[in-house]
Amino acid sequence: MTQDFPALGLILLFPALGVLFNLFGGRSAGRGAVNLIGPGVIFAAFVVALWGFIKLLAMPPGAALVCGLWPWIAAGPFHVELGLRLDALSAVMTLVVTGVGALIHLYSAGYMADDAGYARYFTYLNLFALSMLVLVLADNLLEMFIGWEGVGLCSYLLIAFWFDNPVYARNGRKAFIVNRVGDLGFLLGIFTIVAALGAHGVWTLDFVGLERHADLLQPVAVCAALLLFFGATGKSAQIPLYVWLPDAMVGPTPVSALIHAATMVTAGVYMIVRMNFLYIQAPVAMDLVATVGALTAFFAATIAIVQTDIKRVLAYSTISQIGYMMLGVGVGAFAAGVFHLMTHAFFKGLLFLCAGSVIHAMQGEQDMRQMGALRKKLPITYATMLMATLAISAVPPFAGYFSKDLILEGVYASGHVWLWLIGVITAGITSFYMFRLIFMTFWGESRVTPDKLHHLHESPAVMTIPLVVLALFSLVGGWVGLPDWLLWGDAFKRFLAPIVSRPVVGAFVMAAAHPAAARLSLSVILSMVALAAGLIGIFLAWMLYLRYPGAPQRIAARMATIHEVLAEKYYVDQIYDLLISRPLFWISGTVLSDGVDRGVIDGLVNGAGAAVEEGGETARKAATGNVRDYAFVYLAGALAVAGFYVYMVVR
Amino acid sequence: MGGWYLTGLIFVPTLGAFGVLALSDEVAIWRSAFIYSLIPLVISLHLFAAFDPHQAGYQFVEQYAWIPQFGISYHVGVDGISLFLVILTTLLVSLSLLYSGGGDITKRPREFCFMMLVLETGLLGALLAVDLFLFYVFWEVMLVPMYLMIGIWGHGRKIYATFKFVIFTMLGSLLMLVAILYLAGAARAQTGHLSFDLPDLYGVALTHAQACWLFAGFAIAFAIKVPMWPVHTWLPDAHTEAPTAGSVMLAGVMLKMGTYGFVRFAIPLFPEIAIQATPIFMTLAVIGIIYGALVAMVQPNLKRLVAYSSVSHLGFVMLGIFALNTQGLDGAIYQMLNHGVSTGALFLLVGMLYVRRHTFEIAEYGGLAKIMPMYAAFFMIVMLSSIGLPGLNGFVGEFLILLGTFLHAPIFAWFAVAGIVLGALYMMWAYERVMWGPVTKAVNQTLKDLSRREIAVMVPLVALMILMGLFPRPLLSRMEPSVNALLVRVQAAQARLDAAHAHHDAARHAGHARALAALGASLPPMADQ
Repeated sequence: MTQDFPALGLILLFPALGVLFNLFGGRSAGRGAVNLIGPGVIFAAFVVALWGFIKLLAMPPGAALVCGLWPWIAAGPFHVELGLRLDALSAVMTLVVTGVGALIHLYSAGYMADDAGYARYFTYLNLFALSMLVLVLADNLLEMFIGWEGVGLCSYLLIAFWFDNPVYARNGRKAFIVNRVGDLGFLLGIFTIVAALGAHGVWTLDFVGLERHADLLQPVAVCAALLLFFGATGKSAQIPLYVWLPDAMVGPTPVSALIHAATMVTAGVYMIVRMNFLYIQAPVAMDLVATVGALTAFFAATIAIVQTDIKRVLAYSTISQIGYMMLGVGVGAFAAGVFHLMTHAFFKGLLFLCAGSVIHAMQGEQDMRQMGALRKKLPITYATMLMATLAISAVPPFAGYFSKDLILEGVYASGHVWLWLIGVITAGITSFYMFRLIFMTFWGESRVTPDKLHHLHESPAVMTIPLVVLALFSLVGGWVGLPDWLLWGDAFKRFLAPIVSRPVVGAFVMAAAHPAAARLSLSVILSMVALAAGLIGIFLAWMLYLRYPGAPQRIAARMATIHEVLAEKYYVDQIYDLLISRPLFWISGTVLSDGVDRGVIDGLVNGAGAAVEEGGETARKAATGNVRDYAFVYLAGALAVAGFYVYMVVR
Repeated sequence: MGGWYLTGLIFVPTLGAFGVLALSDEVAIWRSAFIYSLIPLVISLHLFAAFDPHQAGYQFVEQYAWIPQFGISYHVGVDGISLFLVILTTLLVSLSLLYSGGGDITKRPREFCFMMLVLETGLLGALLAVDLFLFYVFWEVMLVPMYLMIGIWGHGRKIYATFKFVIFTMLGSLLMLVAILYLAGAARAQTGHLSFDLPDLYGVALTHAQACWLFAGFAIAFAIKVPMWPVHTWLPDAHTEAPTAGSVMLAGVMLKMGTYGFVRFAIPLFPEIAIQATPIFMTLAVIGIIYGALVAMVQPNLKRLVAYSSVSHLGFVMLGIFALNTQGLDGAIYQMLNHGVSTGALFLLVGMLYVRRHTFEIAEYGGLAKIMPMYAAFFMIVMLSSIGLPGLNGFVGEFLILLGTFLHAPIFAWFAVAGIVLGALYMMWAYERVMWGPVTKAVNQTLKDLSRREIAVMVPLVALMILMGLFPRPLLSRMEPSVNALLVRVQAAQARLDAAHAHHDAARHAGHARALAALGASLPPMADQ
């Protein structure tokens, strides 16, 4: 059942108006107006999204609200119409994007209070919200790609926001280019789908239409699924394309929170869930998604252990957590993946905002070795960040517990015991590095330099209110998806069920293997194991960073090789540089430009040219220098040649 | 349908050119040249409004006998393939004149305006000609003013550049002229009367060998003009040394004469050969896409970088054309327009820098976004259009081209997509070095942001980028009937080839060695229908 709901258009229109206002009128209207309009339009969009969500709740399962926009590309039978679609999946995502987005916009007003580029900042941030909402609300794959590249553009512009720093500028470009590499996969995936359907006379990229003809996609399912997943590895910073995200941290911290933690980077997960009818026909691709997710989760978590920059810890943590989401959707636990996406948006957005609050208080200092004992000076930041850390460490009853638990249970249930084990170990590492961050920043001895110490102060209300709201959601946000046997059970999964309920082809189904009672006790045991891993991580962090503060250095010295490999992030950046960047420039510069273009081709031409030029020089002396004479002689000559040929033919 | 619209379109600029010659006051020259260029712009916009989008054939047709003894007529018309190129031409001429009058051209303004307007006549005439001989005349006419523009108002090694430009182009032109004359001669041998009229020439029956040679004559001329790899090396020199307006016209419209020539003449006249040559052209197109992008990346000279980017972008156009399906051809025509708009805009932007600093070296700049924020903003949008960001015009063309290519032969699309990453790489890297980072040269500290005239030049182009990116339907729907008419000819040729192939196989199975030999020597004649 679908129903027309033209107000959906407002969800895009509000941020669009924000962009126009900030772009053309922002500077002349002044900071106050920008701070009002910039966040205001996102709040307005949130209200409309909430309205749509409530309408949706009242409709039968599987219903959707739609809003047609205008016809876009068409060539021959191929055609794409732009339109918006609010169903259970996009509703969740829209609420996250506008809700968390609005809070981060508000926080930005405080964070950027001293920056001269505030109008430009809110232009980009509103444009990001617009692009992200296009991505989420798109009713077809190509329209989703508009948003997909649009958010990449905004990410580029915002990473390089302080562009006079050449490193920031370079990192912005790196993010865009790496994402574009992934986008090739997305594009080729679209082509594969169009070609496969077109061969049967079906020309649609509508999600509804695609799902209806999903069986026609069977022959190309693996290929298309893998290509689209390659796109997802770029946008969602998974192996092998995750390298841009840690470097993206040079952007303003609210940007890291909104784009590089809560929303954009989860777009890959969203896309896979959107296309779940394709993925379930490609078990091979699903297994790859799950494996890449698990490995990314693990490796990124290990790198996070040794980072000393507070934002870089969080960056690798984000990569790791998206790995969890990929692991979840890869084993067919789509609802669990989206659930973790949502809770992650709360607690990871909050972690970044808290980090921003710390950095703000420390006047730009990001090195945790220069911090310590900040909890007394920054009580609200500390309290909220601790709540977020408990959430990401999957301590009940915080939000992360429920979502991570569902993913791990899904992984085990699908029969991927090894991946489950990686997931559990990673959960332990996660709580270790997160509590390491908490202890290094807020506990222990203060290592803050005296000049910064007397500036230390809690952030203004415009920044702390978003922290408190998000902290609340980091606590209760997971309660919509309780275990099946508790209270209202997994309401979240029931809400998403109409979209993701198709069974995975050939999957191991635990329900068949175990009776209900055994399933319950197994579920509880799994949950206990994961919780134990998390608690061990917290305990170790406490031992190393509070109880025996000298220990980390000694361990690092004892295991110097491992420490260096982790600190150098497994040398992946260097390897890419050696294998891709350098050869590319060598081929372009030395071989093609100097060798082929100027050497071979022009060499041949100049040989011929030299002869002509000599003749030309002679002829030039006879010329009058009057341009009209040139023109006349030239035309006459051409006509004479032509006339001669015509004469020959006619004769 | 008739009237004098097309004749007015073609020859108002010529009148204007001579009108300008009579003036001596510099301000009056620029002003009147601009106004003269607005008349064809208005006419071409009227054509858009009055164009019947459901009709495949030529509209606003005019035909008068010109040299009847040779079957040459003044036959002009516009269809969905040429309509938008005509508008692009009139728009770019107006903007170029508006821009050049603002200080870019200080030497001999009268002669410059004369050349621009004569060039417009040549370009419009070539786009609108339906008679092959008429086409050839205009094709040559446009060469002269371009040659002189580079030679007189260019910079650097301009004489070398002009010679290279002329040698390359003339070589192709002469081959095409021979092919045109031979084709007309062949028509006379069959019908008894000589004709250069394109529809008449569609029906000429040729042997396979004849068709091959004639196709080659056209194809080489057009491939040089496009330019396709490896006959592209005239382009970076000509583009770089030309004055800004010259580069705009050269890249914006003149290169499209090559791609347009394939769509209008080479393919419909010899569809069998075009089909058989498809792998060659698609391979060269893909090489051009990647090669052009890689070489652009390492250019230290900003204008040369933009010039090489044309090799890459026009490679996309050729790829789409030889996909020989609606998606590919629609995309190719759309991409011709995109390239005109975005590369035209890029050359204008580069020219604006040159007027201020008299250098194209990227290393001479850096940090300009702080000093010239509006300039940087325009450059950003133009760059995004050029690299095919969805929502802007470039994406529509590139997407359709790649889709058409994928539907035709996926392997070429798999390679061609690399151009999308490389395109982003060289443009963004250049942008970064020019606009971002610290201001390294003191002399750049005092650069002025865009003047009102410069803004007026850029705004229509940027508006087009957004409109064409979001609302491509009004354009695509007008192109499609004409494109489909072309594809009907191509499909008929494909059917004949298949039939010949089947016959070929049947003969072999039956063991008719003699029939096989005869067929091997020449395929059945290509009669129309």
